[in-house]
Amino acid sequence: MAMITADPKDVPNVEHFAFTPDYLAKAKALMANYPPGRQASAVIGVLDLAQRQQGWLPRVAMDEVAKLLDMAPIRVYEIATFYTMFQLKPRGKYLLQVCTTTPCWLRGSEAVMKACQHAADGETFSVQEVECLGGCVNAPVVQINDDFYEDLDEASINKVLDAFRRGETPKPGPQIDRQTSAPVGGATTLRSE
Amino acid sequence: MLSDKDRIFTNLYGAHDWHLAGARARGAWDNTRAILDRGPDGIIDEMKKSGLRGRGGAGFPTGLKWSFMPKEVKDRPHYLIVNADESEPGTCKDRDILRHDPHLFIEGCLVAGFAMRANAGYIYVRGEFYNEAQNLITAVREAYDAGLLGKNACGSGWDFDLYVHRGAGAYICGEETALLESLEGKKGMPRLKPPFPAGAGLYGCPSTVNNVESIAVAPTILRRGAAWFAGIGRPNNTGTKLFCISGHVNKPCNVEEEMGIPLRELIDRHAGGVRGGWDNLLAVIPGGASVPLLPKSICDTVLMDFDSLRDQKSGLGTAAVIVMDKSTDLVKAIARLSYFYKHESCGQCTPCREGTGWMWRVMERMVTGNARIEEIDALEEVTRQVEGHTICALGDAAAWPIQGLIRHFRPEMERRIRARTEKLAAE
Repeated sequence: MAMITADPKDVPNVEHFAFTPDYLAKAKALMANYPPGRQASAVIGVLDLAQRQQGWLPRVAMDEVAKLLDMAPIRVYEIATFYTMFQLKPRGKYLLQVCTTTPCWLRGSEAVMKACQHAADGETFSVQEVECLGGCVNAPVVQINDDFYEDLDEASINKVLDAFRRGETPKPGPQIDRQTSAPVGGATTLRSE
Repeated sequence: MLSDKDRIFTNLYGAHDWHLAGARARGAWDNTRAILDRGPDGIIDEMKKSGLRGRGGAGFPTGLKWSFMPKEVKDRPHYLIVNADESEPGTCKDRDILRHDPHLFIEGCLVAGFAMRANAGYIYVRGEFYNEAQNLITAVREAYDAGLLGKNACGSGWDFDLYVHRGAGAYICGEETALLESLEGKKGMPRLKPPFPAGAGLYGCPSTVNNVESIAVAPTILRRGAAWFAGIGRPNNTGTKLFCISGHVNKPCNVEEEMGIPLRELIDRHAGGVRGGWDNLLAVIPGGASVPLLPKSICDTVLMDFDSLRDQKSGLGTAAVIVMDKSTDLVKAIARLSYFYKHESCGQCTPCREGTGWMWRVMERMVTGNARIEEIDALEEVTRQVEGHTICALGDAAAWPIQGLIRHFRPEMERRIRARTEKLAAE
């Protein structure tokens, strides 16, 4: 089993966390999706908002989420350490989540991983090995913040990373000439329209 | 081969507009009111007649599942839950429905929710599918604005609210009761059954959990009739199916095909064939990481449906076809899956928590041949100890790929062990 942890020496001391009015409104909107008294259902979503505001999840943010949702803090810590998308320590501006599960591995994720590890400096880029991202027919896949970069190899991931370094946002999706999950060279079906 | 007029997902690749106007032009939301006018029992009957079996992996008849919900709403509300936590390695079909045909799917949610007398539905989307969830949320809003969801949905007199709920990275939440736990704001740890969700699911209320594809095909089945759907495929394995073809093929892709299509035809026709030609094929995992692999000799003739693959001691699962050519280190490919299950075990049941780690460590030694021949038997024995001895099927899923490897490629495992032993003896 995977337990999400962070070495205390990597975790800076954050004394205070409060949602900005914008994020608080988003949190309240999420809470309204569930029946009265069931606001704990929003915990993943509200933790995600806290992480988006702060860049990572310091303990004071978890405590704030617990207060907002009327949960015991330990219940929120449990969530933050169970789900792999929560970051318990600061990370670079771009989080490179490299899928190395078998379908990506079969198509060369090892070289992509090496390129990402080489780029990871902790400030611009952080790298993390992740399990299947669910983009297997576009393997290898790297998720960079919210976007999937697909059909990668060593050269194309380096091109993507260089673009980020220049402050650009390269176009997500396949990095070769193909339309989403259709076969290269054009679909074999749905051509009658 | 399935003809385009029988394809349900006409915007699979996102070539067209996925918003409401585009979806309507392709036939979604076409007189949904008339479907609802047949009443819950009429809809469930038609779904049963279509022979649709759940598209999330287990293949349980969808109409029958819907019929397990109480016939009337008493003190507890009913819930429709949709499992969009697509995480089975090899599988990426629901992603295309969510991002390219969300309205077809949302219409299915209304129909399914109405049939099970639910006034609310939750769609649990895996956290990594951020952009897909945004498309879905936008589409839900469009449906509300057009009066298709919400109070008096589609003018049917039935109120139906639909919510998108994002996860945060946990394969186990694709297990239906773990998903319910997660939806309630807890760790995704599967529940002991019974009670089944239809009796006590979300918040202890009657609930039914369905896969995205099962729900998304429902409106088309109801519009075109059960006989149309049942006429495609083979008996007990009817209809169309989204296949994901990944790995060592020339053109990996998703495609909607007829159930029961020969595996070789699927790969040759749509995925450009195996890299280096059919004779370069080593093995295929036919239904996502959890199902046992098949050697080429079986792949030559096997049909892609629930019963054909079960007869070969494998399974259709999610219909995620992972192709491996002769260059593949097959033991390593399966060892990587063992690592996946070790990583994703929730840790609740001892056989799974301890067993997945043990199996992975032994598999890593099998990769280099750093083992004794008898340990292959010990490994096989441990997979049997894990299988069937846990609350949910993750333990089984961790055991089956290893069992498939031993069943079909034991000589290769023995060869590695002997080669290493001989090499050490020579030094």
